Amino acid sequence: MDAKEIIARRVAQEIQPETLVNLGIGLPSMVANFLPKDVHVFFQAENGVIGLGARPPEGMEDPDLTDAGGGFVTAVPGAASIDSAMSFGLIRGGHLDTTVLGGLQIDERGYLANWMIPGKMVPGMGGAMDLVAGAKQVIVSMVHTAKGKPKILHECNLPLTAQRRVSLIVTEMAVIEPVEDGLLLKETGPGVTVDDVISATEANLIIRGEVPSMQL
Amino acid sequence: MKQAIKADAAADLIPDGASLLIGGFMGVGSPHRLIDALVAREARDLTVIANDTAMPGTGIGKLITSGCVSKVIASHIGLNPETQQKMISGEIDVDLVPQGTLVERIRAAGVGLGGILTPTGIGTLVEEGKQSITVDGKDYLLETPLAGDFALIAAHQADYVGNLEYSLTAHNFNPIMAMAGKTVIAEPHTIVPVGVISPDSVKTPGILIDHLLERAH
Repeated sequence: MDAKEIIARRVAQEIQPETLVNLGIGLPSMVANFLPKDVHVFFQAENGVIGLGARPPEGMEDPDLTDAGGGFVTAVPGAASIDSAMSFGLIRGGHLDTTVLGGLQIDERGYLANWMIPGKMVPGMGGAMDLVAGAKQVIVSMVHTAKGKPKILHECNLPLTAQRRVSLIVTEMAVIEPVEDGLLLKETGPGVTVDDVISATEANLIIRGEVPSMQL
Repeated sequence: MKQAIKADAAADLIPDGASLLIGGFMGVGSPHRLIDALVAREARDLTVIANDTAMPGTGIGKLITSGCVSKVIASHIGLNPETQQKMISGEIDVDLVPQGTLVERIRAAGVGLGGILTPTGIGTLVEEGKQSITVDGKDYLLETPLAGDFALIAAHQADYVGNLEYSLTAHNFNPIMAMAGKTVIAEPHTIVPVGVISPDSVKTPGILIDHLLERAH
């Protein structure tokens, strides 16, 4: 199992039945593949659909039905199409249960940076700032390090996405919950020790007793 | 009743230097024939207000490539490297706005509000230079209305009153922008006789539409 699959499988365990869920582009979108069959949720794409379905078979694409990355999708039975004001109204208004996003950096306050690297990459924040500010539950899913360098830091040095403590960080090495006094290490990844996590993390981790391994 | 006009006639209504609200999300639900006509007439110095600048060769990306645009107000330019290059070289001024804030600023302009208060952007670069207001103990940013000289709206279907119906994720910014342009030009895929679109299905009432493009051929 590669790092991304470990992360997607573990995040999928956090998704509650009968909720509204927004998955970011890339790694977060893989989470949909690992939901148990009996867990029914509606996926929102912020460009305007509640009830996003899988990619259609070749030749059956609808040019007016895409996800927020511009990829062709389908709509599940019971889906609704909405405009951008309602879509972001759902996000900011407390109607979106869970958002799963990627991250560039995250720090001991639980603050996320994921929208720009000054001087290098300025894609724009798109919907990320609204999602992190507004969703009930914010899950950051990312590989633990970038080219061997920690991404979980004392303090983010990239521009923040929001001044909000995220709910959970899931990497291939660890599950970490930002709490009032720092980052609580809740689980370790397959074949990973607590010491491995500590050495791959710049931020201080709170360790309370025995840390269990992810059950995938 | 409205007389449907050709795309080049519509593009001639739009002077150089105009600010344009353009519907669409990565090219989906963008007024493609209007964009092509603006490129063909070599429009210059346009301000484009839109969710994104799509990709080179698609939708608003064509306006960027053709040098029609001097300013962009958008939430995302990540999939158009040309916009990023022109931003770095100083050819295009880019103002990045969170997506939910962008749509609400446009909505505010269209519905007569003096701005909106949003929690999005508090404690980030987006807050710089803006007023923060505390309501019931929670901090919000005051974001101002954002109107355009023109709104270029793509719709699935219109009638000759100008009533518009949209399709799936091609709604996006279109119904909101249709309220916020001083002059509103609608580009429907098809046009049906008045009465065919059920009143319940009309998302943009025809009274908002100044010019109706002929149907796609």
